[in-house]
Amino acid sequence: MNSGSSNSRLLLDGITKSYPGCLANDNISIDVKAGSIHAILGENGAGKSTLMKIIYGVVKPDSGKLLWEGQETTINAPIDARELGIGMVFQHFSLFQTLSVVENIALGLDQRSSSDMDRLAKRIIEVSTKYGMPLEPHRLVHTLSTGERQRVEIVRCLIQDIKLLILDEPTSVLTPQEVDSLFDTLRQLADEGSSILFISHKLKEIQSLCDSATVLRAGRVSGSCVPSDESTTSMARMMVGDETQIGSEYPNAKNDMPDFLSINQLNVATTDIFGVDLKNISFAAKQGEILGIAGVAGNGQSELLSVLSGETQLEGFNIITFPDADLTQSNPMQRRACGMGFVPEDRLGHGAVPDMSLRDNALLTGFLQGLISRGFVNQSATENFSKTIIDQFDVKCGGNNSLAKSLSGGNLQKFIIGREILQTPRCLIAAHPTWGVDVGAATSIHKALIALRDQGASILIISEDIDELFTISDRICALFDGQLSPIKPTNATSIEEVGSWMAGVFGRQQAA
Amino acid sequence: MDIDFIANILFATIRMGTPLLIVAIGELVCEKSGVLNLGQEGMMLMGAVTGFMIAFHTDSLFIGFMGSVVAGALMALLFAVVTMHFYANQVATGLALTILGVGLSGFMGRSYVGEALTNIDFQIPLLSSIPFFGKVLFSHDVLVYISIGLAGAVYWFFKSTRAGLVVKAVGESPESAQSLGLSVLKVRYLAIVFGGAMAGLAGGYLSLIDTPLWAENMTAGRGWIALALVVFASWRVERVVFGAYLFGFMSIMHLVLQSFGLSVSSNLLATLPYVATVVVLVLLSRNQQRIKLFAPMSLGKSFHGAH
Repeated sequence: MNSGSSNSRLLLDGITKSYPGCLANDNISIDVKAGSIHAILGENGAGKSTLMKIIYGVVKPDSGKLLWEGQETTINAPIDARELGIGMVFQHFSLFQTLSVVENIALGLDQRSSSDMDRLAKRIIEVSTKYGMPLEPHRLVHTLSTGERQRVEIVRCLIQDIKLLILDEPTSVLTPQEVDSLFDTLRQLADEGSSILFISHKLKEIQSLCDSATVLRAGRVSGSCVPSDESTTSMARMMVGDETQIGSEYPNAKNDMPDFLSINQLNVATTDIFGVDLKNISFAAKQGEILGIAGVAGNGQSELLSVLSGETQLEGFNIITFPDADLTQSNPMQRRACGMGFVPEDRLGHGAVPDMSLRDNALLTGFLQGLISRGFVNQSATENFSKTIIDQFDVKCGGNNSLAKSLSGGNLQKFIIGREILQTPRCLIAAHPTWGVDVGAATSIHKALIALRDQGASILIISEDIDELFTISDRICALFDGQLSPIKPTNATSIEEVGSWMAGVFGRQQAA
Repeated sequence: MDIDFIANILFATIRMGTPLLIVAIGELVCEKSGVLNLGQEGMMLMGAVTGFMIAFHTDSLFIGFMGSVVAGALMALLFAVVTMHFYANQVATGLALTILGVGLSGFMGRSYVGEALTNIDFQIPLLSSIPFFGKVLFSHDVLVYISIGLAGAVYWFFKSTRAGLVVKAVGESPESAQSLGLSVLKVRYLAIVFGGAMAGLAGGYLSLIDTPLWAENMTAGRGWIALALVVFASWRVERVVFGAYLFGFMSIMHLVLQSFGLSVSSNLLATLPYVATVVVLVLLSRNQQRIKLFAPMSLGKSFHGAH
């Protein structure tokens, strides 16, 4: 692999980085060629992000060498990386919402090149049109869509002489159409000689875009390959190892079930300047089905969840109903008493109290399951309930008394999902159910959701992961700018169609 | 009510508003960087007592003011070290700083209570002899002009300089700023120390020019009103200026009311500037949505840096 070191742009040799209790990168060696698009493939927690932070100078490795165009280099800070020509587009954008596009870009440049804002604005227009990513330099960032914000991040890198562009899970926030145009831009860049490090766990994307790939598993290189020579299954195998089950097909729900949760003419004006108004949303989730709501984050998901959970109080009648109850004005506790369960977006804070033990967190929503008698907590029942969650959903933790904040994101997610599913709600509202969990755990969460559905529950899943929605939903729709697309049975639509809904291509009413 | 009377009222308004303007501008810069320092009152008092002591012994207002600025800055430095290196809660640390300042300044100034300075007025020759405007605009002490220049400079700093942009960025998201390679700690240190220096200067104004004498607790809550002013002015310089002078105007309302022959309890009148300033600024800041555009989003949160 080291043969062509003459055109090697970045060579990592034996990079190791450990954190207390976890070896994030174990002896990792990667060779990124000039002008190539190189994929770093791996599950959440495989060590991809740590490795990128090392390259970008945010984190220092414990040992290992870093060769830039054949020269051994140390990168102590992001500014060193930028001077070499390394740019990074973060998964969670590092943009300032109250500043304009040009101000945001100026902050990433050195003093000299950012002193003349007008010239910089012209340069932004020039660069962004050249690469097919039009931007208005004077717009405030909070008024931009997620896709446009990503463009700002990319243009910020391109405006300097870029030799290596690192993109961390860039497609997770984009619609399928936006992904295509991003890929065009990246190919154009590679043709001009820039190298690209593309971090992802989406195999199909890597196959269509990347020239070479390095697969990480549990902090180690578990394989490298030319993606176009491999099947998605063989790459998935490298990614997850031999023992994990991957890619299941799930039986569909029975047809012709009655409606259960109905939303009628829901209109909510947001109180948040960075929020989205919900406009005229009506839908019904049937008994015994999983209804998936796709959409790029920031199109009203948080607002819809907050209305469904009762955190946003509504006025009026018959807007949110069960066949046997009008829940429009009920608070979250009354809704739970009616048989609703929630898995919120925000795990620490909404889903669990960070400084409380798992047992107490189990009690917080499970108190209706006989854990409380005459106002007193039934300690042994609570212990058992939380232990059942931990066992059944394979939550890796120090036991009942571990604090919620001590768990990794994926494990806490498993705990919260488990807590809600084990209460066998009649209606479950789940946001991003497998966000941050590994493939094996995702499969078991999916199975638990399907089992709950087959018991007759009505399940609503709001997710940004369109592949996941196509795997488990019975019917699917998308949310865009606070409006809901048509709903179609999953097997009667396509990723392309849902993708166009996510981009707002459906018969919408005009914004008032 | 003759023209001289109005001129006197406007003169006094500006004079009463000036210390508040100085301390509020300092706190505004500090809060823009995401740091909430509730120690304004303590820093002002330390500035007041130090400035008075030094001026008393050196007979120089200038050296006295230098002392005020340094005393305020040192107090702020203490705050910065405790909150940024030991990650202490900013609110609790700020409160402690005020309590410390009240006590320490009282202790330091014990033997100076009742002493007086020979006041030296600074006036602009010629201009100050213009009728009416001469009195209102050109016969103030130099600090009044400095404070106005300061407000203008801070406005320009945030509007048109890269450094101002950096401070705003750090205040909105220190994590993002760090990932861009900006030094969050350095920016916040400078902002905190600037805030402290301004609080000290404002304190010095009270003990060196306004009264001029030292009395325990002589700031009388101006540090607190400055904190409220910054929030209700939704972190905008022009509104801070307006609020500070409104406070100044209300502070001398008793003169106005007396001239109309009204007699109102002086205790009640003493609350007027505080109540009026807060009410007016609350009315101005009703639009919660717009405020978010100016509010530093990370305000009051400790920043732990890269892990």
